[in-house]
Formats: sequence, C-alpha cells, structure tokens
Amino acid sequence: MKVLVAVKRVIDYNVKIRVKADNTGVETANVKMSMNPFDEIAVEEAIRMKEKGAATEVIAFSAGPAQCQETIRTALAMGADRGILVQADGELQPLAVAKLLKAVVDKEQPGLVIVGKQAIDDDSNQTGQMLAALLGWAQGTFANKLNVADGSIEVKREVDGGLENIKIKMPAVITTDLRLNEPRYASLPNIMKAKKKPIETLAPDALGVDVAPRLKTLKVEEPPKRKAGIKVKTVAELVDKLKNEAGVI
Amino acid sequence: MAILVVAAHDGKTVRANVANAVAAAGQMGSDVTVLVAGSNCDEAAKSAAAIQGVAKVLQADDAAYANWLAEDIAPLVVKLAPNYSHVVMAADSVGKNIAPRVAALLDVAQVSEAIQVVSPDTFVRPIYAGNAMATVQTADKVKVVTIRPTNFKAGATTGGSAAIEKIGGEGAKGLSSYVGAELSKSERPELTSAKIVVSGGRGLQSGENFKMLETLADKLGAGLGASRAAVDAGYVPNDYQVGQTGKVVAPDLYIAIGISGAIQHLAGMKDSKTIVAINKDEEAPIFQVADYGLVGDLFQIVPELTAAVEKK
Ligand SMILES: Cc1cc2nc3c(=O)[nH]c(=O)nc-3n(C[C@H](O)[C@H](O)[C@H](O)COP(=O)(O)OP(=O)(O)OC[C@H]3O[C@@H](n4cnc5c(N)ncnc54)[C@H](O)[C@@H]3O)c2cc1C
Ligand SMILES: Nc1ncnc2c1ncn2[C@@H]1O[C@H](COP(=O)(O)O)[C@@H](O)[C@H]1O
Repeated sequence: MKVLVAVKRVIDYNVKIRVKADNTGVETANVKMSMNPFDEIAVEEAIRMKEKGAATEVIAFSAGPAQCQETIRTALAMGADRGILVQADGELQPLAVAKLLKAVVDKEQPGLVIVGKQAIDDDSNQTGQMLAALLGWAQGTFANKLNVADGSIEVKREVDGGLENIKIKMPAVITTDLRLNEPRYASLPNIMKAKKKPIETLAPDALGVDVAPRLKTLKVEEPPKRKAGIKVKTVAELVDKLKNEAGVI
Repeated sequence: MAILVVAAHDGKTVRANVANAVAAAGQMGSDVTVLVAGSNCDEAAKSAAAIQGVAKVLQADDAAYANWLAEDIAPLVVKLAPNYSHVVMAADSVGKNIAPRVAALLDVAQVSEAIQVVSPDTFVRPIYAGNAMATVQTADKVKVVTIRPTNFKAGATTGGSAAIEKIGGEGAKGLSSYVGAELSKSERPELTSAKIVVSGGRGLQSGENFKMLETLADKLGAGLGASRAAVDAGYVPNDYQVGQTGKVVAPDLYIAIGISGAIQHLAGMKDSKTIVAINKDEEAPIFQVADYGLVGDLFQIVPELTAAVEKK
C-alpha cells in the first residue's frame, strides 16, 4: 500500500507574525518557514506504517511556490520515499488543495492519505475532510491512534467529550491530531540521503484543476489588544479585586 | 432565503452551542431552520424547536445518524442545501468534521470559525492563532460557515415553538462505523460554557497535582481546562486542551495556573472577560494578557486561594 502525506509550508509556529501595513495579509518576507506541525505528525505516522510493513511507499505532497521543495525535502529526510510538488504561486485555499490532492490520488492510487488536522496559518481545518468528500472515501479526522487492520482502519479520534473510536473502510483519509505520535528529527545522514530522492513537479493546469480562490480576502487586520493589567502581591489582594473590582466571584 | 443550522445533539437535547449558531444564522438571514438528524431524536428535535429565533425544525430519524458519522450525515445536508442560502454549524468537533465534507460535495468554499457576520456574504475569522483577523467574502450560492460559539450570544433556549417537520433519512453509506467512546466524566460545568474556568499547565508537574485545581474549581463552580503541554504529558485528557488547536473559551473569569502563555494557548482564552495568571516566572507572557497577575509558587498560592474563596 502506498501512503500519500500532505505537507504544507507555513510560517514557523514560533514566529510572532506581523500584519502588513496595507492590510492585505501578513508579512512573509524574511520570516522563518517550516513544515506545518500537524504534517510532521502525518509524515511520522506514514513512516511508522512503512517500518511496520503496513505501507510500501510514502509519498510527500506539497502545493505552493517552488520553496515547498524544502518542505518536501524535510519529509524525505524523515523517511518519505519521494515527493510531488504542485507548483502554484498564488493563494491556495483548502478546496483547491483538496482538488489537487484528489488529482494526485487518482494518479498514484494510494491506500491511505494522511494530512494534518489544521494548517497553523489559515487555521481552516478543512482539507482532509474535503478530499475525503471528493474521493467518496471515509474520513478519520483528529486521529489520536490508528490501527490498520485488513481493508479497514480503526481510528481513535479526539472529540469534544474525550475520545471516540470508529472503524472506517480503506482507502481512507486521515487527519492527525497532536497526540498521534511524536515526530522524529531527521538525522544528518538521512538529510544527505534525502537530497537524492526524487521530487516530481506538476502544474495545476496539467492536473486539470482550477485553483482560483473562492473566498475573497477583503482585509487582514490586527486583533484588538487587551489593556495591560496589574500585578497583585497577595492572594488576599487578588480575591478582593476579583470580588470588588471585577465582580466575577 | 432560509438558513439551515445543522445541530449536534445527544438524542435528548441539542448542544448548548446550537443556540449560538442560531443567533449567528439570524444575522445572515431571517428564516432559520434547524436540522436535527439522529436516531430516535424526538426529544432533541423538541429542544431545537424551543430555541428563540428558530422558524422550523427538520427532524431526520434514521439509524444511520445515531453517531454522527460524517460520511452518512453529509449527504443528507447536501440534499437539503439547495433550498438554503447558508449552511451553518458550530465550530466544535462535530461541525469541524462534517461541514467541510458538505462544502466539498457542494463544490463551495467553507468559512471556518467565523467570529463576526459583516453581511450575509462577508465574515470575519481569526487566522494565525488569532494574531490576525481576516475579513472574507464568498460568492458561492450556498455559503457553508462554521461559527465560533463564544462570539455569538445565544438567545433563550426555551419558549420557542417552531414547527417540527419529519423528513426521511438517506441511510448508511457503509464507509464507516461507530465503535464506542471513552468520554471524560465530570460533574463540573462544561469548559466552553462555564462562567469560570480554572486551567493548569506544565507547572502542575503531574496529574496527581491537578487534584488541587479540581478542589479550587469545585469551590468556584468552575470548568477545568489545561494547556497542550499538560495534556501531552498525560496529566489530563485531551478534551481539556484550550487553545488554537483545542477549545476556545471566553468565560467571565479565566485562571491560568502554571501556564506560560504561548500564542497557541492565548488563542483559546484571550477573549475571557477577566484573566488571572499565577506563575513563578514574572516574565511569563501570560502576564501580558492577565488583568491580575500573581507571581509566585502555585503550590503555595493555589491552596491559599482555595481557602480564601467562598464556596459557590
Ligand atoms: C501545532 C501546535 C499547536 C498547539 N496548540 C496548542 C493549544 O491548542 N493549546 C495550548 O495550550 N498549547 C498549544 N501548543 C503548545 C504551545 O506552543 C506551548 O508549548 C504550550 O502552551 C505550553 O504549555 P504550558 O504553558 O503548560 O508549559 P510551559 O511553557 O512549559 O510553561 C509552564 C509554566 O509554568 C510555570 N511554573 C512552573 N512551575 C511553577 C510553580 N511551581 N509555580 C508557578 N508557576 C510555575 C513556568 O514558569 C512556566 O511559565 C501548540 C503547539 C503547536 C506547535
Ligand atoms: N498547500 C498545501 N500543501 C500541502 N498540504 C496542504 C496544503 N494546504 C493544506 N494542506 C494539508 O491539509 C491540512 C489541513 O489544512 P487546512 O485545511 O488548510 O487547515 C494541512 O495540515 C496539510 O496536511
């Protein structure tokens, strides 16, 4: 079974983002970029499947500008076998990415697609569910634990009240939650080896996908700031403020 | 045109956040229909009909809908959608699972976690863990929107008397099946609707030490939350996580204990009315959003605070 994983290039989660002065978006020039953290978990899970013999090949997919090559290289250094870059310079929204992924799935016929639950830039939490819909496949979202059985997969999901267990037919789409695994770091030898692994570059047109944004972003603004508070010295002072100033207890 | 709100429920009552979704829908249009899909969900349909602002309830009873599998619920919503201008769901784990599947089947975009309705086709939503607010406009015929419940004040959940119309189900697709759940049991108020939330982080050091926060929470009648680090370390279950990728809360009072205040955590609680931070590191970023900060050792402060507050 082939496993396809999606890796998105996003502003690193440690970077304090800045809204552009003209309110068209956020500053991306000279900002550290990394693989979306949920996608590291997706890559790790796929590699573990291969190590356990449940998967034969791990393919890393990314859509975006040419620099997404680096993100794919990271996945290859972790242990993915080859990469597919769908190169597109404009904004790619979840529905467009889902359509690109579907086109690649049609070509590659993986038994499983693993994507992150959420990209930490757009915070959409849509792509995996949309891909499953377009393929007519089952979806195991917010996965906390996976167990691949014969032709199906047991998914423990992180839900509002705790955990939920479902069993879904394969092929399927999985979206990763934070507790699914702890992604490995790539070792230096593996980083070197990854340089020789193949990356195929495709264009949205060649895949027959219209990637024009459906949502129009009218403006991007700074959130309202909270006004600075005070430090209290004692518990008694805190309780007094909560009672008599804030009126919340 | 009418708006369709898709309601999550437990068979007896719709979730509290359905009233928030109805309130948000009321800002997108005037005629709000609530879909209650389930198995033997008469009671849940009645609870939806009682919410102020609901014009009509569609009740779809089908064994396939008993456990909210996206593969089975989405086709029903997709079939109904052409009669509506918007499909609205609360952005909880049910809405996040189902709404994008509906949107893709309709070949439309989804607006995730709207916090404001600017006009029927324009919404404000947080991006980058709430460090930027995007105003987005959709031209799609059916607009699929999930809303952040804490940003829309719920109307009364009793007194309404919307008509309930029974519709058929679409049956099971056979792609997925429900096996069971391991739900965290708690007598405490639910995190996302609690008036007070007590939240603990890595500073607590163990699950055992979290009992200290339980005592404080019980005295205050509060819900209990946690940082990702506390969940990852196994101190508390996953559903306690507050933040960008956990739950969003906006109580009257949020008490952050042994939590540093990473942006991912702040994303889930900085709309709280009053924020208290207890941390031994006076440089901790949590103090930048706290109305009242107390620098010190939580193991000394929490018992003292618990003794000082009156039982609710
Ligand atoms: C993709 C992604 C998603 C994430 N999503 C979330 C999310 O949804 N929610 C979330 O919370 N985080 C999230 N995080 C993690 C986030 O970046 C932080 O790592 C996390 O919030 C830190 O948790 P913490 O504050 O408990 O731990 P730490 O940062 O380790 O802070 C512990 C604090 O406790 C204090 N302390 C220690 N001992 C004591 C004591 N005895 N008395 C008083 N104070 C003490 C310390 O001074 C310190 O400030 C996410 C990260 C990533 C990459
Ligand atoms: N441009 C992209 N390239 C590769 N993967 C993506 C891209 N956009 C989204 N994804 C995948 O879809 C997941 C969810 O993203 P989103 O729906 O945008 O929150 C991410 O964690 C990725 O796995």
